[in-house]
Amino acid sequence: MRTLGRVALYLGLALAAITFIYPFLWMASTTLKPPSEVGTLALWPDHITFDNYRTMWARAPFGRALFNSALVATTITLAVLVFGSMTAYAMARLHFRGRPWLNAVTMAVLLVPGQLTLIPLYTLIVQLGWIDTYAALIVPFLFNATAILMLRQFFLQIPQSLLDSARMDGMGELRILFTIFWPLSRPVLAIVAIVTFMGSWNEVLWPLLVVREQHLMTLPQLLTVFVLGGGAGSIGVSLASAMVLVVPIVVAYAFLQRYFIESMAGAGIKG
Amino acid sequence: MRAEERSGWLMATPYTAFLAAFALYPIAFAVVLVFLQWDLVTPPSFAGLDNMRLLAGDGRFWRAVANMFVFLSIHIPLQIVTALALALALNRPLVLRAFWRAAFFLPVVISGAVVAILWSNLYATDVGLINRVLARVGIAPVPWLTDPRTALPAIAVMVTWKNVGFYVIIYLAGLQYIPRSCQEAIEIEGATAWQRFRYLTLPSLLPQTILVLTLSTINGFQLFIEPYVMTGGGPLRRTYSLVLYLYTNAFSYQKMGYAATIGVALALIIGAVIFIQRRVVGTAEAL
Repeated sequence: MRTLGRVALYLGLALAAITFIYPFLWMASTTLKPPSEVGTLALWPDHITFDNYRTMWARAPFGRALFNSALVATTITLAVLVFGSMTAYAMARLHFRGRPWLNAVTMAVLLVPGQLTLIPLYTLIVQLGWIDTYAALIVPFLFNATAILMLRQFFLQIPQSLLDSARMDGMGELRILFTIFWPLSRPVLAIVAIVTFMGSWNEVLWPLLVVREQHLMTLPQLLTVFVLGGGAGSIGVSLASAMVLVVPIVVAYAFLQRYFIESMAGAGIKG
Repeated sequence: MRAEERSGWLMATPYTAFLAAFALYPIAFAVVLVFLQWDLVTPPSFAGLDNMRLLAGDGRFWRAVANMFVFLSIHIPLQIVTALALALALNRPLVLRAFWRAAFFLPVVISGAVVAILWSNLYATDVGLINRVLARVGIAPVPWLTDPRTALPAIAVMVTWKNVGFYVIIYLAGLQYIPRSCQEAIEIEGATAWQRFRYLTLPSLLPQTILVLTLSTINGFQLFIEPYVMTGGGPLRRTYSLVLYLYTNAFSYQKMGYAATIGVALALIIGAVIFIQRRVVGTAEAL
């Protein structure tokens, strides 16, 4: 009975794992198949071809989109880490008038669903003349209330004695933050970095609103526009263009799998 | 001014300015937009209650509202049951535990746009992988995304598949908090596996279930890229989501006032749904 239970458990797990992995393997293998083989369930193509990749690379600026996505996601992540830490440090450890107010507003802002501010934010970008600029993709995300609250929570737990002795040594607040607080905060910084980067890398609704110029599109946006616009023309080509978006994330995931899982779940639990 | 006061303000000012421009102003302007008619080209004009009146009688809006409730009523129970089941399986002593966990989590890290494109092909009527597997066991091809009855449930299943790994991790964290002593006590009492689950595990996981409920509701209301890519909102508008309708009004019809009105209505609906869920769960807890 016990053995039977174990067998059932592993069969169930294997079935579940196949459900989650097989579609991606099928996708990867389909991109390497000539059109005549696309219909088959087989994972290994009889004739491997890179034509699908050549076609999609020639038909739309995917290289440029890769650059745009990397630029936007990296800038936002660095800003959220650096500026977010400065703000969180002030909100956690410095006494100034207006601090309780700032904390309260930050929490309140988090309760407002993004769908409410989407259109006003879009009209703001239009009025600033930022349509079809990197500014539209980056500036509204330079600060992140969730990240600030997570960092603040962590900074609150660092002993006051550390701060006091650093101040006695004549260290300025910025130096205390980046040379004393940061090294102690690596776990939470990693969480914030991964969640922010992933969120930006995969975001598609906002770019669809504020970017129309093909050369400024991020990867998920260009992919969506390319496939929906019929530019792909075949399953192989459309899946090949999706691979450009998948491969960097899956490679990162393969190496940092534990951090990804803990980060995203951690952010969900705390945020 | 004290040095600390000054540094505090210096470090908090950029964020305060950002908050004012990109959070508080849009929130306030959302409320203003509700009373305006604006195509972004000509100057906005005051529209009084026109947007609200239009919304109240807009069959497409109410269709989208109904769609969201159909979607959530499939997605949320399915999400909770699958996440809980997988978490319970992973919580046992297992060979390759990290591998299983990583496998379940894989779709979570992939962009929704990719998942939508991939699943359009999996769901395709003639050449789709799913129908081809069904054909092997003698089931006739199902037009998943083109039949008004199956399109929205098909998308709900896909979204559940994409997000389940995330909720598994939340449940796993909760399972680790159930004290060993409680588990041992209930086993000594001679409880069956089902009794252990029903009277110890499930009640202990209530905080996680509430979290999963809230997060999957909020995420569910964001449904956009899936219908945008897979069905365009069809067939017969049965997969039109509220965000897709909002996007269409802003981007295709240039109706900023009306789109913002949909946004405000959507925010109120989300607030109301979560409020009611909390109430219901609160009552269930008291029983």
